[in-house]
Amino acid sequence: MDFDKEMLTHFYRTMVRIRHFEEKANDLFLGGVLPGFIHLYIGEEAIATGVCSNLAKTDLITSTHRGHGHCIAKGADIQRMMAEIFGKKTGYCKGKGGSMHIADFSIGMLGANGVVGGGYNLATGAALAAKLRQTGQVAVCFFGDGASNRGTFHEAVNLASAWKLPVIFVLELNQYASTTPYRTTCNVENVSDRAHGYGIPGVVVDGNNVFAVYEVAKTAVERARSGLGPTFIEAKTYRIKGHFVGDPEKYRSKQEVEAQKGNCPIKRFKEKVLADKSMTQAELDSLDAAAAAEIEAAVKYAEESPWPEPEEALEDLFVEGVWHDA
Amino acid sequence: MRKITFSEATLEAMAEEMRRDSTVFVMGEDIARQGGIFGQFKGLPQEFGLERVRDTPISETAIVGAGLGSALNGCRPVIDMHFADFLGVAMDEVFNQIAKIRYMFGGQTAVPLVVRAPDGIIRSAAAQHSQSVEAWFLHVPGLKVVIPSNPADAKGLLKSAIRSDDPVMYFEHKRLFGQMGEVPEEEYFTPIGKANILRSGKDVTIISYSAMIQKVLKAAEQLEKEDHISVEVLDLRTIFPYDREGIAESVARTHRVMVVHESPKIGGVGAEITAYICETLLDELDAPPVRLGLRHVPIPFSPPLEQFVAPQVEDIVAAVKKMK
Ligand SMILES: Cc1ncc(C[n+]2csc(CCOP(=O)(O)OP(=O)(O)O)c2C)c(N)n1
Repeated sequence: MDFDKEMLTHFYRTMVRIRHFEEKANDLFLGGVLPGFIHLYIGEEAIATGVCSNLAKTDLITSTHRGHGHCIAKGADIQRMMAEIFGKKTGYCKGKGGSMHIADFSIGMLGANGVVGGGYNLATGAALAAKLRQTGQVAVCFFGDGASNRGTFHEAVNLASAWKLPVIFVLELNQYASTTPYRTTCNVENVSDRAHGYGIPGVVVDGNNVFAVYEVAKTAVERARSGLGPTFIEAKTYRIKGHFVGDPEKYRSKQEVEAQKGNCPIKRFKEKVLADKSMTQAELDSLDAAAAAEIEAAVKYAEESPWPEPEEALEDLFVEGVWHDA
Repeated sequence: MRKITFSEATLEAMAEEMRRDSTVFVMGEDIARQGGIFGQFKGLPQEFGLERVRDTPISETAIVGAGLGSALNGCRPVIDMHFADFLGVAMDEVFNQIAKIRYMFGGQTAVPLVVRAPDGIIRSAAAQHSQSVEAWFLHVPGLKVVIPSNPADAKGLLKSAIRSDDPVMYFEHKRLFGQMGEVPEEEYFTPIGKANILRSGKDVTIISYSAMIQKVLKAAEQLEKEDHISVEVLDLRTIFPYDREGIAESVARTHRVMVVHESPKIGGVGAEITAYICETLLDELDAPPVRLGLRHVPIPFSPPLEQFVAPQVEDIVAAVKKMK
């Protein structure tokens, strides 16, 4: 497939916005500025980018504890994301969620989830509603190789297949579940082989190639929209950073990580577009610089934003009414 | 006496029991390769091998369910839940199977299983990684529930739990893993069902447990120094079966009682304990019992919000002063 300049620009801009956001989050966390935990998506940017580039604003996604990339690719506002990971009042969740729980329901981003495998049934149910309400929406569920061992995986995929729901299951196989290498907890090379047992297509794709991810996702979205039901996409990738910022990473060697850096999706994108002359170095540099500047501005916004008032902790539990202790 | 950390104390308990009894084994996510997120399994794989110190897939239902099956067939499994929050994933195994199997089948079998569940608020872990859920299990007949507040009890209760022929939910607060404390060298057991008086007093009893004990002790010191209020601190240690005698004796000394915990106040352990006191010890009371607990919201991420929702030393002090 040929990609026009606009699409190439979109791919690159999205990937570098995610990368800069994450690098900044890393530095801020190590600098003691951010509370909580941060799980970085660095090295996996091509997956969220390739998949979400096929989605309309009204389409839906569910995400994971490693959700910054999914948010950005779906079109979330970077300032409000940054404010949220700072714990500020102006954040997406008014400081109640933090890095692991960012959501923007106005763009169909149904939330990052701190419970591994928490998204399967949400996405399936969202697809069910799309079918019942005949909205034409597609729902995408992002999850990890560790998550693929949760029992809910099977229930959700079976249900989605039996009811031919417009949902796409996107496995980001980044080789590790926290400290656990994929092959020590799963006795198959490709998790997507399971798809055949549920009567849906299971496709393996190079998750570090944004073009390839885009194309398989495009087919899956078309299939879902035309009422043919779910697809299981298995995107092979690698988690470059630790499981969380500060992870001592005793479960793998530095050499292994270094070797994988050569396969960085952003580096590969650049090499390709420069080689076939579809983009110039200057164009790439200017997109890069713009993303970096945007992230700096978001940090400034977050820093200058107020903390929530303590009593705000009691708000938002229900639509109506607040419980006040005696 | 020597001082070791809470997590080292639990490690000693595990190692001693695993050496003694080859049917004791442990399984959970990320416990072997990195010794558990809080170091609570460090060194066990080296001594006991990866058969008895098992890394599992992220399959809580399978972990808890297979633990139960192994207990029915001659093992004494210790299951690690990673975070207490993920007990929800395996709830059917816990409350429809583990808790009922002995009773429902007329006492034919026992379920000697321990579920270890790190709980509690720690540095903005937010709503899905901060909960204390002991009250859920208090409500289910068939489960014993223990919750140490210091290294010595952590070891003694874990050893008792592993030796118990009944299923034990063992909650360990994430903020306590690094805490140092005196732990005897010689073998000992902390009995399940026995509370502990950590500080004697005559004006009010504060019943608490787990990490909240630290705040209660601070509040007690402050009340003594600044307000001459003498506070007795009772560490419950076991949520079920709770120590009725110990509670009654303390209330008979002080005539005022407060229960403080980090889990939600509504429907919580404090509700049970204060109801029990009102039902049976009303004549002893000079003031209505008081409960402090988490405000009725999930635990928020942002530090000022997180601070606000759980009882702090000042809240305990103020509540005691209001009782006088
Ligand atoms: C139900 C549940 N079990 C365990 C955890 C703890 N945990 C958080 S992330 C993680 C590893 C997830 O691995 P994977 O699904 O492969 O995603 P990745 O981190 O590689 O993106 C674990 C075990 C959790 N959050 N939820």
